[in-house]
Amino acid sequence: MVEHRIGNPMQTVLDYLRLDLRHRGTKEGCNEGDCGACTVAIGRLRGGKVCYEPANACIMLMAHLHGCELVTVDDLSPDGRLHPVQQAMVDHHGSQCGFCTPGFVMSLFTLYHAGGKPGRQDIANQIAGNLCRCTGYRPIIAAAADACRGEPNDLWAGAADEIAAELGKLNDSVDVFCGTGESFAAVPARAETLLDLAARHPDATLVAGATDVGLWITKQMRSLPKLIFTGRVEALHAITDRVATLSLGSAVTYAEAQGHLAALAPDMGEVLRRLGSVQVRSSGTIGGNIANGSPIGDMPPMLIALGARIMLRKGDEQRDLQLEDYFIDYGKQDRKPGELLWRIDIPKLKSNERFFAHKLSKRFDQDISAVMAAFRFTISGRSIASAVIAFGGMAATPRRARHTEEALKGLKLDAPETWEAAAATLAKDYKPLTDMRASASYRLDTAQALLLKALHELVGERPAALRVLAPAGKEAWT
Amino acid sequence: MTSPASAKTAKKTKTAEAASTEAVVGKALAHDSAGLHVTGRALYIDDMPEAEGMLHVQPGYHKDAACGRITSVDLSAVEAFPGVVRVLTARDIPGRNDCSPSLGGDPILADGEIIFHGQVIFAVVAETREAARRAARLAKIEVAATRPVVTADDAIRMGTEDVLPEYTFTRKDAAAAIAASSHSILDSFLIGGQEHFYLEGQVSLALPDEKGGMHVHCSTQHPTEVQHCVAHMLHVDDALVTCECRRMGGGFGGKESQAAQWACLAALAAHVTGRPAKCRLDRDDDMIMTGKRHDFRVSSEAGFDDDGRLTAVNVEFDSRCGCSADLSMGVNDRTMFHADNAYFYPALRIHSRRLRTNTVSNTAFRGFGGPQGMVFAERLMETIALRTGRDALDVRKRNFYTRHRDVTPYGQQVTDNILPDIVGELERTSDYRARRQRITEYNAASRVLKKGLSLTPVKFGISFTLTHLNQAGALVLAYTDGSVQLNHGGTEMGQGLYTKVAQVVAEVFGIGLDKVRICATSTGKVPNTSPTAASSGSDLNGMAAKRAAEEIRDNIANLLARDWRIPKARIAFRDGMVSGGSKSITFAEACSRTHQARLPLSATGYYATPEIHWDRAKAHGRPFLYFAYGASCSEVTIDSMTGEMRVDRVDILHDVGRSLNPAIDLGQVEGAFVQGMGWLTTEELVFDDKGRLRTHAPSTYKIPCASDVPEEFNVALYESKGNKEDTIYRSKAVGEPPLMLGISVWTAIFNAVAGMGGNVIPALDTPATPEAILHAVKSVRA
Repeated sequence: MVEHRIGNPMQTVLDYLRLDLRHRGTKEGCNEGDCGACTVAIGRLRGGKVCYEPANACIMLMAHLHGCELVTVDDLSPDGRLHPVQQAMVDHHGSQCGFCTPGFVMSLFTLYHAGGKPGRQDIANQIAGNLCRCTGYRPIIAAAADACRGEPNDLWAGAADEIAAELGKLNDSVDVFCGTGESFAAVPARAETLLDLAARHPDATLVAGATDVGLWITKQMRSLPKLIFTGRVEALHAITDRVATLSLGSAVTYAEAQGHLAALAPDMGEVLRRLGSVQVRSSGTIGGNIANGSPIGDMPPMLIALGARIMLRKGDEQRDLQLEDYFIDYGKQDRKPGELLWRIDIPKLKSNERFFAHKLSKRFDQDISAVMAAFRFTISGRSIASAVIAFGGMAATPRRARHTEEALKGLKLDAPETWEAAAATLAKDYKPLTDMRASASYRLDTAQALLLKALHELVGERPAALRVLAPAGKEAWT
Repeated sequence: MTSPASAKTAKKTKTAEAASTEAVVGKALAHDSAGLHVTGRALYIDDMPEAEGMLHVQPGYHKDAACGRITSVDLSAVEAFPGVVRVLTARDIPGRNDCSPSLGGDPILADGEIIFHGQVIFAVVAETREAARRAARLAKIEVAATRPVVTADDAIRMGTEDVLPEYTFTRKDAAAAIAASSHSILDSFLIGGQEHFYLEGQVSLALPDEKGGMHVHCSTQHPTEVQHCVAHMLHVDDALVTCECRRMGGGFGGKESQAAQWACLAALAAHVTGRPAKCRLDRDDDMIMTGKRHDFRVSSEAGFDDDGRLTAVNVEFDSRCGCSADLSMGVNDRTMFHADNAYFYPALRIHSRRLRTNTVSNTAFRGFGGPQGMVFAERLMETIALRTGRDALDVRKRNFYTRHRDVTPYGQQVTDNILPDIVGELERTSDYRARRQRITEYNAASRVLKKGLSLTPVKFGISFTLTHLNQAGALVLAYTDGSVQLNHGGTEMGQGLYTKVAQVVAEVFGIGLDKVRICATSTGKVPNTSPTAASSGSDLNGMAAKRAAEEIRDNIANLLARDWRIPKARIAFRDGMVSGGSKSITFAEACSRTHQARLPLSATGYYATPEIHWDRAKAHGRPFLYFAYGASCSEVTIDSMTGEMRVDRVDILHDVGRSLNPAIDLGQVEGAFVQGMGWLTTEELVFDDKGRLRTHAPSTYKIPCASDVPEEFNVALYESKGNKEDTIYRSKAVGEPPLMLGISVWTAIFNAVAGMGGNVIPALDTPATPEAILHAVKSVRA
C-alpha cells in the first residue's frame, strides 16, 4: 500500500509512474487516451469483490486512485516468471516493435481477470482502445484467446481476499482534501461535502472520469488549480432500475451503465460498445458526457430521444429539467456556478414505442461520431403517432429535429413512398458544419438515410439487411 | 479459439521448417525482445536512465501561419518562464542549419521565413519537459503570412516551382497506340497520404562528449545520416559524433530522414548548455511537424482490346511533396517503377511531377511511393473489367507479364515471375469463382447492402533504386567463452531484423541464439551505413554478418584442422560443438584455443548487392535484384445509404522465398496488409485551407483497430523453392511488399460500387472513408 500526498493536483498517473517512480514500463503513445499504450489496470471493490478495469494512465489523475489498486506492467512478473497473458503474447508473436505491448498486456490482464472464455468479438471489444501499428492484431487476439480460458490463476487471484480486505479498509467515508484553498484536489466521499465544496468553489473544475478534463491538462496545458472529484460519492454511483424508469447517478461510468442501457434498447447497447474504448468507458461517466455539453457526445442524442430528464443540485436546492433544455448553445449549458449534475432519469420504452440509434464514424470502434442519430417512435395502429428525434454532430449542441418530428406525425407505415419527403424535412432542422470528420452535405444526407433506415427497420426489414454492423435482438413493429 | 488463419499458417510454417537443413535459420523463433516487450523492460530512448542534469527540448512554432516572412520573434516570456534554461534559435547553430537527406531546404530552425505550418522556429530548453512545453506557448511570433499552396491542385493552378524536375518513362508512342485501340478509358482520381503513426514518437537524447563531440541516442532508421546532420550542424568532424539506436517503437519510413531534426535539436541544446538534453515530441506536434506518405492526383488514358488486354497506358502522377525535396525523388521514382504492378504495358508514357506545397515535407513510408503506382494499376484493371464486362481477375491475368511480354517500363526483364502460380493457388483456396457467383446473387437481392470482391497481385522490386545504397557492413566479435556480439548497420523497428541476422550468425557458428548478444546499432561500430529501408535490412545486413561470422569460423576451422590433422572441410559447427573426425569440443573451447593461438576472433563483413545497375538519365537498367510477389483477395460489404464498409474476409498468399523466420515473416505480412488497408480506408489526412493539418491526433486520425481486421483472415506464406537470386539463405525481402496486399480491399469496394451502376466508373478516391464511398455510390447512380 502506498500513501501518496498529492502535490500537484493535475499530475497524471502516467507522469507519476514514469517521472516520480521512474517505472518506465508504461508507455506514453498519444497522451490523450486514444492509443492505449499507457494502459494500467485499476482494481476496485465491486460488491465485495475486486474488479479490474483498464484505464489510460495518461489522462487519469492521481486523485482518481484514492482507494484503488493500481497494477502496471512493471508489477506483472515480479519473480521473473511471465504472467499468463505475457507468456501468450510471446508464444503467439504478439509484439513487433513492442511499444504498444505493455498496454495490450494490461488490457488483457483485465480480460484475464474477468474470467470466462471470451470470443473473438469480446476480445476485439476489449482491445479496441489499444492501437497496434505493427502486427495487424491477429496474433494479439490469438494470445488473448489462449491466455483467457476460465478462472484466473495468478498472484492477484491468489491474493484476492487480502486485496479486497485492503480496499475495503481504504474505502471508508472519510473525505480527502489535498492542498490549500487556492490549489487543491478534493476527493470527497460524502455527498454533503461535495455539495459544500462545489458551492464554496464555483471556480473549481468538477472532475468525473477525466476522459475529457485529462486532455485539458495534457494537450491544452490548462491550469486547473482546484479540482473536485465526484467519483467517490456513493449516491452518484446509484443505478436505480424501476419498472418505468432507469435512474443513473451522474458519476455512473459507461461500464457500470452499459448492461442497463443495452437492456433498454439493443441499439443503445451497440452504440455503447463502440463508444470510446473499455479504458474510456471504465473511467468516463454518463454524467460527464452530458455536463460537458459537447456537440458530438454520443449519449445525449440517445437520452434526449428517450425523453430523459436530469436533476441538478446546489446545496439544498435542486431542480430538474428535460435533458434537451440543458444544452443552450455551443459550450453553454444550463448549469449555474456551484451547481452539480446529480442524476439522470431515463424513461423506459412503452409497448407502443420503438427506439433506434446509429453512430456514423470513419472507424467503427473508438471513434468520435460524424453523425449520431437517435429516434423514438410512438406507434398507433399502422402509423406513427409521434416521434422524438435527436442528433449529434448536426448542430452546435445535441438537438431535436422538431420540424421532422412534426412531419412524421401520422406517417403511414404502409406507405414507404411518403417517407422520403418526411426525411427531407431534416434539412429544415439542421445546418451542419464541415470539419475533419465529415462534410455538411454528408452529414445531412446520412441523417436522412438513417431516419429512412429506422423506418424500414420499424416495419420489419431485418437490421442485418440494412446495416453493415447490426446489433442482435432488435424487434420490428408488427 | 483458433482462427482459420492461425491453423492454416501453422501448417505452412511446419512445412517450411521441415524443408530446412539449417538448425537456427528458418525457424519460427520469437522476436529477440519479445520477453522484454511484454514485461515493459525493453528500453526505448525515453525509458533510459536520465543522466544528471538532463534538460528537455520543446520545439516551438507559429500557431496559425503556414508560410511567410517572420517579422518579429519575441521570446522574452518564454525565457522568463520558471525552469527555462535557454531558448534556441537559428542564430545558435554553429554549423549548417539544415537536416535534409538530399538537396537541402529543411532548416533545423527557421531562419527569416517559414514554409509550412508547424515549422520549428525556436526550441525551449528547460529543466523539465512540462516547463519546456508550457513555456513554448508563450512565444510572440509575427509572420507576414502569404497565401499557402496547400494541395497538389493548388500547386498546379498557382504555378509554383516544383521541388524536383519532372521525369518520364516511355515506350513507343502511347498516345498513338491509344488512339488506334478499339477501346480506351480516360480516368482521374486522388490518392491520399498516410501518417506513419509509429507508437513511439520521435525522440533523441544527446550526451555532450569531449572535444566538442556528441553521443546521440536517436530513434532512427538512419543513424549514419543523423550522425552527419549533427556533425554538420555542430561544425565538427563526423568522427566526433556517434549515433546509436537499440530499437524503435515503430518506424515505417517516418524515421528514415525525419528523425534527424530532433536529434539536431537535442544535440544543439547539449552543445549550447554542456548538459545532456532530450527532445521527445508530443504526439500532436509529431503529427504536425513530420512528413507523411505522398498524396497524388493521377490522370490517365489507357487503350485495350475487346478481351481487356492493354495496348497502351499514358499516366500522369502529380504528387504533393510538401515544402522541400526530402526523399521525394526516390519516392516518386518508385511510384513510376510500380505503375505497371504486374502487368505488361506494350506502349507507355509514365510521367511524374513533384509538386511543391506549403505543407510538411512528405517522406518515406513503407512502400516508398510504390503503393501509389500500384493503386493506379489496380484501378485500371477494375475499370477495364467494368468496360469489357469481364471479371477483373481475368483482365488481370490477361495482362500479366509472360514470355515475350516481360520487359518493364524501365527496361528490366522479369525473369522470376511466380505470380501465375500464386494467383492461381489463391484463386482456388479463396474459392474466388464460387464466391463471385454468390456475391452477384446477394447484390441482386439486397437493396441497401452491396458486396464486392477483388483479388489483386503484388510485384515489388527489391533494392534501393539509388544504387550506391545497396551495401552493408557488419562487425562480429566472438569471446573466449563462446559468446558472440553482433553489430551491423541495420536498425530494429519491430520488423525482427535483429532476430533474423542473429539467426544467421548463430547458424554459421552452430550455436544457440541465446549465445548471440545483439548490440545496438551504432555508427561507432559500423560506419557509413545505409538506412534500414527499402525492405533491404535482412538481405544486406544478413549477408554482411554472415561473411563476418564466416571469417571467424574460418580462423577457428583452420586452426583445428591443423591441430587435428584433418581437412578443414571436415570441421563442422553444430549444436554448440565444433567437431571433426573423432574430435569434438565446445564452441567456447574452440574460441579459447583460437585466441591462445593468437588468431583473431573478430571480423567485419561487407556486402554489396551484385548484378544491379540503373541509368536514370536513360531510364534503363536493372534497378532491382529481384521481385517479391504476393496476392490477396478481399470481400467487403458497403452500405449504399451511409457509405459504411465492413471487410468480410481476406485471403493472402505471399512469397518470402525461403523464410529466415516464418513467424516474423507472417507478422510482417499480416501487419503490412492491415496498414495498407488502413491507408486506403479509414486513414484520412485533412488539411484546412490555411494549410493546417486538422487530423493531428489519434482522436481524429484513425488507424485500423482490432475489430477492423476480419475474423476470416487466411494468411499463408507461399511454398517457395527459394529466391532465384543468391540472397541470404535464398530468402526474400518482406518489409514493404505486403503493404500493397491491402489494395484488394479498396478494389473490392470499387467493385461493390461499380456493380450498382451499369458501366459508369465510380468516382472513388482513396481513402475510401464512408463519405468517399457514399460519394462514389452517388456518382454511379447519377
